[in-house]
Amino acid sequence: MADDPLFGVHGNALALRSQRMAMLASNIANAATPNYKAKDFDFQKALAAASSSEGAADGTVDNAVEGASGYRVPLQASLDGNTVELSTEQTLFAENAVQYRATLSFLQGRIGTVMTALRGE
Amino acid sequence: MANHLSLFDISGRAMSAQLVRLSTSASNLANANSVATNKADAFRALKPVFKTVGGQAGTATVGVTQVVASQTEPTQRHDPGNPLADKDGNVWEAGVDSAAELVEMMETARQYQNNVQVLQTSKSLTLDTLRLEK
Repeated sequence: MADDPLFGVHGNALALRSQRMAMLASNIANAATPNYKAKDFDFQKALAAASSSEGAADGTVDNAVEGASGYRVPLQASLDGNTVELSTEQTLFAENAVQYRATLSFLQGRIGTVMTALRGE
Repeated sequence: MANHLSLFDISGRAMSAQLVRLSTSASNLANANSVATNKADAFRALKPVFKTVGGQAGTATVGVTQVVASQTEPTQRHDPGNPLADKDGNVWEAGVDSAAELVEMMETARQYQNNVQVLQTSKSLTLDTLRLEK
């Protein structure tokens, strides 16, 4: 999906935002699990990896996420080995949700343009 | 897509786990003042054991593997008037730390709410994505 003629970078971006939302949701879900280590990925790095890979092979996005993901460094370590800090995770989740919506409106714009062209009104 | 966890799985199962935790807190508080004739029969606080359930690509949810009795020791109290008292007039009070249980309950409620919030946000985003072509 290097140069998608219709959606450009936004197709990959939406898939990555969705993946990141699942990852942050996992962190929030495991807020009380001993020894759980919070995970996240570098969005820009993953997007660059997903955009540069050859062809629209299945799992391109998954591989990009894998390559860019890591464990969060906690601000303050807790005794039970859990590294989820709810304030951090909630902020990032909210930020990611807004960015998802932004990507969605870019896509909506593209679709609107194409629909107008197709109808020829 | 083996073992694929959707956002609904992640938050939904976490909510179930938190609900089990809330139920154990409720049981502990309900039994906080119960007494028994001997130490072995006295109630001990119940604690759920949380464990991560892993999915694909860094996603994970949580489940309760078992509910165990805690190490809190029952306390002996002299109460000769109690019908459950032994021959020395002593009863054993349940090994429950009420203050700790109340704190646990508040924390559980907060984390449950967090999961609800995640579910609401992701549901509305998913619905917006489905409505994309209009």
